[in-house]
Amino acid sequence: MSADIRTLLASHGGLPVDVATLADDADLYGAGLSSFASVQLMLALEDTFEIEFPDRMLNRRTFASIRSITDAVTELVAEREAAA
Amino acid sequence: MNAVGDFTPSRLRERARRVAAVAARHADAVDRDGRFPREAVEAMKAERLLGAMIPEDLGGEGAGLAAVADTCTVLGQACSASAMVFAMHQIKVSSLVEHGLDSPWHRGALERIAADQLLIASATTEGGIGGNMRNSICAVERTGDRFTLEKQATVISYGDDADGIMVTARANGEAPTTDQVMAVFFKGDYTLERTSTWDTLGMRGTCSNGYVFRGAAPVAQIIPKPFAEIAAQSMLAYAHILWSALWFGIATDAVNRARAFVRAEARKTPQTTPPGALRLAEATATLNSIRSTVLAAMERFEAAKADPDALSSVSFAVDINMVKVETSERILDVIDRCLLVCGILGYKNGTPYSLGRHLRDAHSARLMVSNERILGNTANLLLVQRQDVGLFG
Ligand SMILES: Cc1cc2nc3c(=O)[nH]c(=O)nc-3n(C[C@H](O)[C@H](O)[C@H](O)COP(=O)(O)OP(=O)(O)OC[C@H]3O[C@@H](n4cnc5c(N)ncnc54)[C@H](O)[C@@H]3O)c2cc1C
Repeated sequence: MSADIRTLLASHGGLPVDVATLADDADLYGAGLSSFASVQLMLALEDTFEIEFPDRMLNRRTFASIRSITDAVTELVAEREAAA
Repeated sequence: MNAVGDFTPSRLRERARRVAAVAARHADAVDRDGRFPREAVEAMKAERLLGAMIPEDLGGEGAGLAAVADTCTVLGQACSASAMVFAMHQIKVSSLVEHGLDSPWHRGALERIAADQLLIASATTEGGIGGNMRNSICAVERTGDRFTLEKQATVISYGDDADGIMVTARANGEAPTTDQVMAVFFKGDYTLERTSTWDTLGMRGTCSNGYVFRGAAPVAQIIPKPFAEIAAQSMLAYAHILWSALWFGIATDAVNRARAFVRAEARKTPQTTPPGALRLAEATATLNSIRSTVLAAMERFEAAKADPDALSSVSFAVDINMVKVETSERILDVIDRCLLVCGILGYKNGTPYSLGRHLRDAHSARLMVSNERILGNTANLLLVQRQDVGLFG
């Protein structure tokens, strides 16, 4: 999953740096993730993983690092699978 | 208790009224000559209003957002430029109070501001960036424990008259445009080279000239928090709420003038309702909804304040952006209707019903960080926001 998230981050994050050089806990805002790009990334994640980010997750912290995104997506995928 | 907690406007109200009386006396001259409202700002200092939000242990009085917003409304009714200077100063102070209390240098800065009633200006706007405040071209250049910063600051209100300036910049020479910090400079830490003159339609007294800003100071003067967090967690909210409060003040004074006009008409022709009364009623309805918008935003902010996640959430950003957009649009509506009520006496300068200054000043509101830009950003956020289903969220 982390690999998929990295791919989406590379295509939608608009980062001025190579995503491969970023550690899982690197600060994405420090790396140049804008508010606009984080929304685009969120939409791509929702599509790819068939999830919907609830309001409580629509904040800065969720998109602060590859790890925090992975945690959020993992949680939402688990919820979807549990509900299915 | 009311909608915004234990809001006691009276705490600053009497002093705000006295400052407003001074501001009102000079408002036309400030507007005509495009000069700094020095009498009003001196009165703010004499009433010790510049330190109002600073905690008591640092020499201030710990006034909250509501009391300061109320002061903006009172001043806005007297002189928009004085009210804007006051609001912008308080917005700067709010960033220090909300994000600088853990930093010894910034605590000291707050003590100085309170003790000496120092006036703080803002340099976020940059040549090549415009109002896109969350981006910078200029950068902090560190050498040892000092840094320098040069900024093409195309708009710094009351730059010549300020005792200090807070400036945004990239965190270092390699940082992306969005990785910003905010640094505090006091007089003596910087020079300003004038590049343009503020000769505008309205808000002429803010004297928001363009400058090349050049500063040098110890690194400790940089607020130790990303500007992104300062902006999202407090600055946008303070700015949009305090601006809206003073814009509401401008519209309120317009309505008061229109009401005075209608009343004078009614006295001339007893037993009939003057035709302008209908437009006055419309203007009053819109004015009331502007007030509700501002009060609701304050309540929203106070509720979210305890939780950094709520403050940096999409729904909070959307709500706080919409306050600014709504208020700045609707005051034009209100003042325009008042002009219909007062007719030529409203259109002329120098009558008790003159509305030219109000209308011109109010036209700055949509441009002060362009609504077009804010709506664009918000439109992007709306792609992911889920609308609350109930009336109470
Ligand atoms: C009274 C007053 C006092 C001010 N004081 C200060 C101060 O003390 N310090 C300070 O730093 N700044 C200050 N400003 C500047 C202000 O906050 C804005 O940053 C500035 O007005 C924006 O400048 P701009 O309209 O040239 O630039 P831009 O933001 O570039 O906008 C120009 C135009 O381009 C269009 N546009 C730009 N971007 C978009 C977008 N994304 N979507 C849609 N349309 C877009 C809009 O039509 C907009 O009107 C002040 C402004 C006013 C009116």
